Amino acid sequence: MKLRISNATDMHGKSRDVLIENGVIVSSLSAAPDLEIDGAGLLVTPALIDPHAHLRSPGQEEKESLETGLQAAVAGGYGSVVCMPNTAPVIDTPEVVRALLERASQLGLARLLPAAAVTQGQQGKLLSDAAALKAAGAVMLTDDGRTNEDAGLLRRALIYAAALGLVVSVHAEDAGLRGDGVMNEGLVSETLGLPGNPVVAEAARIARDLEIVAATSGRLHVQHLSSARGLELVRGAKAQGVRVTCEVGPHHLTLTDSALESFDAIYKVAPPLRLQSDCDALLQGILDGTIDCIGTDHAPHTAAEKERDLLEAPFGIANIELCFPLLYTRFVHTGKLELTRLVELMTAGPAQLLDLPHPSLEVGAVADVTLFDLSSERRVDPSAFKSKARFGSPWAGEALRGWAVATIVGGRVVYDARA
Amino acid sequence: MKDLLDFSKLDRAQLEGMLETAVVMAGVLERPVKKVPALQGFTVCTAFFENSTRTRLSFELAARRMSADVVTFTAANSSTAKGESLKDTIQTLEAMKIDAFIVRHGASGAAHQVSRWTNAKVVNAGDGRRAHPTQALLDAYTLKQKFGSLEGLEVAIIGDVRHSRVARSNAELLPKLGAKVRLCGPATLLPAELEADGVTVTTDIGEALTGAHAVMALRLQLERMSAGYLPSLEEYRETYQVNAQRMGKARPDAVVLHPGPMNRDLEIESVLADSGRSLVLQQVANGLPVRMAVLYHLLVGKN
Repeated sequence: MKLRISNATDMHGKSRDVLIENGVIVSSLSAAPDLEIDGAGLLVTPALIDPHAHLRSPGQEEKESLETGLQAAVAGGYGSVVCMPNTAPVIDTPEVVRALLERASQLGLARLLPAAAVTQGQQGKLLSDAAALKAAGAVMLTDDGRTNEDAGLLRRALIYAAALGLVVSVHAEDAGLRGDGVMNEGLVSETLGLPGNPVVAEAARIARDLEIVAATSGRLHVQHLSSARGLELVRGAKAQGVRVTCEVGPHHLTLTDSALESFDAIYKVAPPLRLQSDCDALLQGILDGTIDCIGTDHAPHTAAEKERDLLEAPFGIANIELCFPLLYTRFVHTGKLELTRLVELMTAGPAQLLDLPHPSLEVGAVADVTLFDLSSERRVDPSAFKSKARFGSPWAGEALRGWAVATIVGGRVVYDARA
Repeated sequence: MKDLLDFSKLDRAQLEGMLETAVVMAGVLERPVKKVPALQGFTVCTAFFENSTRTRLSFELAARRMSADVVTFTAANSSTAKGESLKDTIQTLEAMKIDAFIVRHGASGAAHQVSRWTNAKVVNAGDGRRAHPTQALLDAYTLKQKFGSLEGLEVAIIGDVRHSRVARSNAELLPKLGAKVRLCGPATLLPAELEADGVTVTTDIGEALTGAHAVMALRLQLERMSAGYLPSLEEYRETYQVNAQRMGKARPDAVVLHPGPMNRDLEIESVLADSGRSLVLQQVANGLPVRMAVLYHLLVGKN
């Protein structure tokens, strides 16, 4: 397959053609292209990489199937997605990893990068077979969906994973401090009478984990930062040379706990939505380089699950399809953030976390490429999502620009909005 | 009025209008035939996802006194145990042509959710820690009965404020009617965030009671001990029980309230609860005309 993208604009504002043959970016095609895409007026970047998504396979296909999840990913401009292991069964054996990879390769959409559980069944008791999981294709270890309550076990996991070159990624919340909280603890939760989950649950756990990783040869990744205080702890540790990276999700950058005043479980997410000052601090963390990458934490549920009461409804927002347009519109278009930095957070940042080759449009790079339309607006329409979570979205109706036009993975067009 | 979920959208005139209607309803209840045809042809459904026989009976009687048809849905455990979402449950019931839902639920916000999912009128009969508006209205009614007006009244609410919908609703309602509320309890059960215009927060029960016109003791759930909010019942009794001795700090004509059911000799001294200062049974009696008034305003009221 030979492909030519002509006259697109890269993130530096330079007009360029991208030529693709045999899945790689080349300097010239050996013959006329099979497909030519007019990139005039479109942004071209390496395809996005999501270091954190819940694709719900295996076993929770009522929420999302591998097919709908990966379709949603490519529609969002993603070429690679790390899927979290809190599935049924948990992704904690090489067999499950291989089965997922095989199924994903049959689908031929985004590249699937499975994260495997740190502990067997995510039970927090026994280490999973990390070497075998890595050999099967797992790219990181995490018990996300649960918290790592046993500090000794986390320490040993970090040490063991370090020898394999695997990063351990943590959902940093202290279970005791979090309690039965369903939203940020503060003025809004006390007024609404909903059980609160305080910032200290995140901060205390991050502080603990930073001390632990600093005392090992391991590498820690802090998932979905939600608070200014959590960010500050990571920033301090980085300044001292601690081997830690961190991510932030689109909802924690754009929504606050006052959204819960609607009593709509669509806003119930873990960690919880906090205050505007936290959103502002997280944006600052992006600007000053503390935050390494954007992870969507795409976490689809069924409509029926989200139509339960606020205590029973599960945590999570489906957002992988609109992450780039949302962040582009809210922050780049408004002049708060450079386009190059946003692209870096969604390509090079995750690649570095996962030890993947540096995403690039240069000759010789793997042809994972996305085209975005920065100039026209389209409203968020959840009913048109590829994800199964089509019942609603916190951003429904919001006019966004920066929607993916085409996503190319390994030289194949896997998503084409113009088709 | 579409709903009574809390008091956020109601002004003083509307609230006082409802209390005045309650006075009329109380008159009806004094007649030999305690029934009016005001709600004839309307169907009211008490949808109780959390047990509360007393509140349910009070609402059902209120509806029947106005000739409404009453049906009852109770789910001791939530509907999700049967795999049905709250939305499905409500829409299933609505399909039976319900005019008003009276919703009791263990989760804060459930009545708001129900209101979003139905065209019927909705009365919040208690949602989690959030609100119990008819309880606060009957408390206001009871205080008005005693003092003539709520203007300038100092009302102390003592106990597990954190988990109390009664405290939140009273802290929302009473200042709108001119009273001042003092919230008081052990620090772990007293969110400082509840401080607002007309609402103060203190852990010092002496301070809370001094000069108070009314003292409301809140029910203490025994699970607060096992959840680590409190060390022991004994310590709670020693430090926060509303008793005759502590009432010495309040005004000489101060009254005692309790939303029920009482843990006698825990949050409230039994002797005090049965004394002339106690309006506990009057609160229960007043629940009826107040709930009649609420249903009347919702179903046939002009606005």
